[in-house]
Amino acid sequence: MRVKGHAVCLPADVDTDLIIAGRYLRTKDRNVWSARVFEDLDPELAGKLRGAVIVAGKNFGCGSSREQAAVALKGAGVAGIVAPTFARIFFRNAINLGIPLAEADLPCHSGEQVIIDFTSGIVEAGSCIRNITPLSPRMLEILAAGGLVEHWRQHR
Amino acid sequence: MTTLSERILGAPAGAYVDCMVDQAYVHDGTGVLTLETWKALECGEIAFPDRISVLFDHIIPANNSITADLQRELRNFACSHDLCFSDIGGGICHQLMGEGKVLPGEIVVGADSHTCTLGAFGAFATGVGATDMAAIWATGSTWFRVPESIGIFLSGRLCGDAEAKDLALTYVSRLGMDGATYHALEFVGDAIPHLSMDSRFTLSNLAVETGAKTGMFYADAVTCGYLESFGKTTKPQEPASPHYTQELGFELEDIVPVIAVPPRVDTLRPVADLCGIPLDQVFIGTCTNGRYEDLSRLASIIRGGKVRTRTIVAPASRAVLEEAARTGILSDIITAGCTVIPPGCGPCLGAHMGVIGEGEVCLSTSNRNFINRMGIGGDVYLSSVSTAAASALAGEITVPGGNV
Repeated sequence: MRVKGHAVCLPADVDTDLIIAGRYLRTKDRNVWSARVFEDLDPELAGKLRGAVIVAGKNFGCGSSREQAAVALKGAGVAGIVAPTFARIFFRNAINLGIPLAEADLPCHSGEQVIIDFTSGIVEAGSCIRNITPLSPRMLEILAAGGLVEHWRQHR
Repeated sequence: MTTLSERILGAPAGAYVDCMVDQAYVHDGTGVLTLETWKALECGEIAFPDRISVLFDHIIPANNSITADLQRELRNFACSHDLCFSDIGGGICHQLMGEGKVLPGEIVVGADSHTCTLGAFGAFATGVGATDMAAIWATGSTWFRVPESIGIFLSGRLCGDAEAKDLALTYVSRLGMDGATYHALEFVGDAIPHLSMDSRFTLSNLAVETGAKTGMFYADAVTCGYLESFGKTTKPQEPASPHYTQELGFELEDIVPVIAVPPRVDTLRPVADLCGIPLDQVFIGTCTNGRYEDLSRLASIIRGGKVRTRTIVAPASRAVLEEAARTGILSDIITAGCTVIPPGCGPCLGAHMGVIGEGEVCLSTSNRNFINRMGIGGDVYLSSVSTAAASALAGEITVPGGNV
């Protein structure tokens, strides 16, 4: 499994309130979440995420368990996320929605092409290559299926 | 020796396990997406309806037609599928699960990050998202990676005007916002028998602010006595001396009143350093500090005085509110000028019941002070109940116990 896209670099400790603010949670309209994603961090960011690989600092997705954060990123077209560590609830939510996550400390600049290769276990940007912490076999299966709901349908 | 997490999950740290869940719950916020995903699974029935709770606490009563419609659908679903249901005014999900429902040794999963609060019972209690919860509704089980554990050694007794919240903020600051990511915390040491259950809830509640899966206490005589008051007979858990990946020690006599300054929970200042910052709002409540012990502490400080800034008080549950009414402290709180709102989350997440405006400052007993958390352009400072109460009387940040 291989993912590539342009880098969108973000700082450490980006919390799920910053990914999607509490004031937008009470709806079933997923377009609201993808349109408002990162609004309190940078209102321009939502339009730059289609096909992007987010390269963030440590502890990405900390705070609230709100799965709307991962839904918003998926809806906005994020192809994958690289960070040295993820908050664990966000980690599970993203995998369950089929968003590829790579644990690695990857120095890079916004706009650079990033490649995540789960088969060889590396992530690269420019001349920089890093090993990624392996995902469990089950998480890889869920990712490959495109998320937990799809995985469930294939294995019922 | 095994950690409490290893004992309950039945495997060594690092292993992946599939476990049946003893209790699972959602609230009005996370329940909607859980229900949507559960429908997408097309599995027919809820596997173990008697283990599933739906507890309304986040935006209660509904604030507009959209919220009302979402709540109507979830309420009808819960009632028609024989799930345990608590409607508006019942209280905060973690508090309700802690009023005689969760027992030591159980595996408890909630669709809310502060599910770690219930680690106070010696349960493995952790938060998940909506999709994981939908799968639990469908199967009754989920998977975990058994966490390594960090030992938080507590010695001595809290003194002066320091309370459990100050200790909680202090350990969060020592570990940092990701210091315990993928780990569990275990609170141990000679101070534990002197900590009430309400204080333990506060300490466990903030575990997730360090990235931890849960924050656990070994059930002891205090735990069993508390559960006995709800008619539940339980046994203490034998404490072990397990291998911790990290050990942190705290002398409780050294803990002083502190405030977490925005926008990070792990950035602390002594209250004394922040005295004089004018307050637009004080909020006392939440799954961190909305219990009877907290309201009692508030009443003892403000009794006979008048608050000088708008002050919102949200009891953690109807039982807490009823007890406050029965003992008379509710009257003290109202007479001092506080606005008492229905048991629930109140303005903590910036959606209802006390959202702050641009440039406003709120001193809150809640657990998060992230950017825009309680309202766009507002700042949230986090403190203990004593600090919040003294500051409400002064209208500005004030050291508790001082001459106001």
